[in-house]
Amino acid sequence: MKTLYDAGLDWLDERLQVRKAMEWASHKSVPVHQGSFFYYAGGVCLFIFGLQVFTGILLLMYYRVGADSSYESVRYISSKVAYGWLIRSVHSWAANIMVLFVFIHMFSVFLMKAFRKPRELTWVTGCALLGLTMAFGFSGYLLPWNELAFFATKVGTDIIGQVPAAGPWLLKFVRGGEEVTGATLSRFFGLHVAVLPALLSLTVGIHLAFVQIQGMAHEKEAPKTMPFFPNFFLRDAVLWLLVLNAIAILAVFFPWELGRKADALASAPAGIKPEWYFLAQYQFLKLLPARILLIPGELWGIIVLNGAGVLWLLAPFWEAALPDSMKDGAVKLVGWGGIAGLAAMTLWGHLS
Amino acid sequence: MNRRQFINLILGGGALGCLASAVYPVLRYMMPPEQVEADPDSIKVGSTKDFPAGSSKIFKFGRKPVIVIRDLKGGFHALTATCTHLDCIVQYQKENDIVWCACHNGKYDLSGKNVSGPPPRPLDRFEVKVSGDEVAVVRTA
Repeated sequence: MKTLYDAGLDWLDERLQVRKAMEWASHKSVPVHQGSFFYYAGGVCLFIFGLQVFTGILLLMYYRVGADSSYESVRYISSKVAYGWLIRSVHSWAANIMVLFVFIHMFSVFLMKAFRKPRELTWVTGCALLGLTMAFGFSGYLLPWNELAFFATKVGTDIIGQVPAAGPWLLKFVRGGEEVTGATLSRFFGLHVAVLPALLSLTVGIHLAFVQIQGMAHEKEAPKTMPFFPNFFLRDAVLWLLVLNAIAILAVFFPWELGRKADALASAPAGIKPEWYFLAQYQFLKLLPARILLIPGELWGIIVLNGAGVLWLLAPFWEAALPDSMKDGAVKLVGWGGIAGLAAMTLWGHLS
Repeated sequence: MNRRQFINLILGGGALGCLASAVYPVLRYMMPPEQVEADPDSIKVGSTKDFPAGSSKIFKFGRKPVIVIRDLKGGFHALTATCTHLDCIVQYQKENDIVWCACHNGKYDLSGKNVSGPPPRPLDRFEVKVSGDEVAVVRTA
């Protein structure tokens, strides 16, 4: 007699040919080598994104957007709702850990030269995911409507206003007015809970489809491999569990603070800084003089930062155009230089 | 119990415990906390001039709405304003001198008694105290 499992599988197979998909999945394999550990970083990002969607939906049960209600509702979640402090802290900590893993994933892919032909478009979609993740961080940061969030958003959006010609228009569009107000909060909320999740889900789907089509990159000659199901997948699951535990420990022992409510008429508190993943850019902008060659320093900053971003996005294309003898060296230099530069500026921004 | 069964028990039990430790806070989180709101014994609803004969007004009494009615003869009545059928808010019908629920045509008399339609129970009564020209609604004991 057939087991229930087989019967269920047969039922699905007749309709959706699931055995074909299982057959395909059973042949999927992952290269094994020294750098294999870094293959798990992307999976961790995906896992945390799922965690963020889940905890985000839970927060939406009590969060009420508005200059008069955002702060109050977050305070309500943190102080009155059972385990509200935990859900909120997990959401905040996971956001930070997600950005960290996005960076680890990105730099490891870069240094392992996994962006090379035929994976140029996988790299480009990955860069889009980095941008979306940062946008998630920036928009979510404002939602508790506290002092830090208010000033971070004022400064962050003000930089957009420095863009030549379109700046003032862009600023008004992003803020929903001249100033950071409840209107800005509404926009950021819509962005954070509707627009960005849709864009990120779509882009992740494309990114993963590319990875499925091309398989995982490995250097030069084909090394040993391990089956994806169940070997790699179970390792993935163990790491996800470890990450979840790390986030839970952080959330329990270092619960996320709420701070004071935003007040448009209060002065910025001393020592105010953006989140760590914006610190490097912040420190860089701080270092620029008011004017360089008659052009405002901030404008130079925006040009340099955006230029670096475009070069990073186009890495697979300029690297391919270099003479063969220079390729590996250039990747090493740019990759390690980028890590060192970002780390140094972040540390400097943190300490100064 | 052999070694395999033991390992399965430990792993399975661990996984279940892990899941439970995540599911429990989530379930508790989804249940909203009790609202601690003042539950007054009486509320002032205005002066007699605010209530011409054949009129009504709805007020919040603690968490619940209360309908204050002045009938055509000038008498005051106060009743819970939530229909006992399916929670709609009732209204005073001057023409028939009754309390009527528009949702499913439930009818109550001015003492709160359910007289026709689907309401299963009468509306709770409150006492109306008029001192000078001030009108107050008081919870009946």
